[in-house]
Amino acid sequence: MIYALCFYLFATITVFSAIMVISSRNPVHSVLYLILAFFNSAGLFILLGAEFIAMILVIVYVGAVAVLFMFVVMMLDIDYSELRKGFQKYLPIGGLIGLILLAELLLVGFGWGLGGPVTTDPATAIPALNEMSNTEAIGSLLYTKYAFLFQMAGLILLVAMIGAIVLTHRARPGVKKQNINDQVKRRRGDAYDIVKVKPGQGLG
Amino acid sequence: MADLLVEFFQWGFGVTLVPWLAIILGIVVGILAIVLPLLLVVAMSVYMDRKVWAAMQMRRGPNVVGPWGLMQSFADGLKLFLKETIIPASANKFIFLLAPALTFILALVGWAVIPFDAGMVLADLNVGILYIFAISSLGVYGIILSGWASNSRYAFLGALRSSAQMVSYEVSMGFVLVTVLMCAGSLNLSEIVLAQKDTFLGVNGYWFTPLFPMMVIFFISALAETNRPPFDLPEAEAEIVAGYQVEYSSMAFALFFLGEYANIILMCAMTSILFLGGWLPPFDWEPLYLIPGWIWFFGKIFFMFFVFAWVKATVPRYRYDQLMRLGWKVFLPISLLWVVLTGLFLLLTDKIPA
Repeated sequence: MIYALCFYLFATITVFSAIMVISSRNPVHSVLYLILAFFNSAGLFILLGAEFIAMILVIVYVGAVAVLFMFVVMMLDIDYSELRKGFQKYLPIGGLIGLILLAELLLVGFGWGLGGPVTTDPATAIPALNEMSNTEAIGSLLYTKYAFLFQMAGLILLVAMIGAIVLTHRARPGVKKQNINDQVKRRRGDAYDIVKVKPGQGLG
Repeated sequence: MADLLVEFFQWGFGVTLVPWLAIILGIVVGILAIVLPLLLVVAMSVYMDRKVWAAMQMRRGPNVVGPWGLMQSFADGLKLFLKETIIPASANKFIFLLAPALTFILALVGWAVIPFDAGMVLADLNVGILYIFAISSLGVYGIILSGWASNSRYAFLGALRSSAQMVSYEVSMGFVLVTVLMCAGSLNLSEIVLAQKDTFLGVNGYWFTPLFPMMVIFFISALAETNRPPFDLPEAEAEIVAGYQVEYSSMAFALFFLGEYANIILMCAMTSILFLGGWLPPFDWEPLYLIPGWIWFFGKIFFMFFVFAWVKATVPRYRYDQLMRLGWKVFLPISLLWVVLTGLFLLLTDKIPA
């Protein structure tokens, strides 16, 4: 009973906050609702017994991605009513994309029902929870059978990161930057000379 | 567990409860048993902090309220409690009040998985370390929301500084956690502590192994995560007054303050659990086990807190570009290298924990 209650609680809040993400007037509120949606999805994952995915969802999406969203959205200075003017214009194409997504989701649902029981490949069978925690199970699968795909995903992300840095980085001339190595290497002799000045002669 | 709790309430209070009520009551009692002493510890740690700085600066520190000034924190608390909560006219009221509450709640929530002694833990999660990491990464929201909702330039600058800072230092902190859990072979905090028994020459804890540099990096990242000097740029009083706290008064400010200290103590507890051997005595020597584990654990937290205060009293504040350089160009490569080295070491010496 408690399980069902938790499920409906998390699911309702997820759907509600997902709707509020697109319908609230203030973008900062939208991001906050997005965070609430992430949280409740993490709750749903915990109900499924997938605690590792739930924690990763919170760490990656709430702890890092949403912070960056927030960072950007907070600094926007836009007129929200101006933003809403195009609503009518983009309604048809937006609706179309929504319909396509809905159809695909329905297809997945029907396909699931029609496909019969899921066949378990003995090589990848999930061990029982009392034998191995599911963090361990994910790790032992990800770093053996799917090691190549895992590494590829990592490389793609690395390339994307380097690409973003290359595209946005510009070397500005005339900016003084601290170079710690130079500072540490600098010795007394580099900065000044000690000159023995004889009395009455000056430096000449 | 439900049967045990039902039996306990029967034995203690002479009432028979339905199992789910017994579980809920048991959890609530557990939460109170952690939170109430924690708040007391927070109050006393503020006092200790001030006394340590005072001693290092050849002053006396708080010495008026109560014997040796012991009641100073409570007097401050009472003062804040009796003040008026001022909400700026142009502030976003709901978020303005949500932010300090969020900071405070998140600082308390993290304590759910901390093992105080063998088996003395509220929620023995399998992914305890990830839970702590998730909670500490959420801490940034309290600050970023307060900065935005205050609708004030100083507060906003503080929020921007803090969000960039906390996200940066989380990265190296994550790698430090990876090195530790590779050695321990578990994400469960109790098992991480138990894995540190007699790591080398009869010393309990990873600090006496080549993981020591990771402990230093973890500690410094913890300073940055909790906005403590030398990384207190979000509230740098000389530049942006008090940063994100500038518009807050009364209990809203007190919640920030309490949350900050609860977070600091949580970070001290994490350092003790990950590197100093948690509730285990410092040396693997039989008579030391006679002293209860939680006393060792509190002793280690106390020591780490002293180091936190020591750092604040001695080190000047970083400039912002230096802070970013330290996080991304020094800590990140070193901790990444250490992950690789630790993995290689465990692989070559065949010490990978099962």
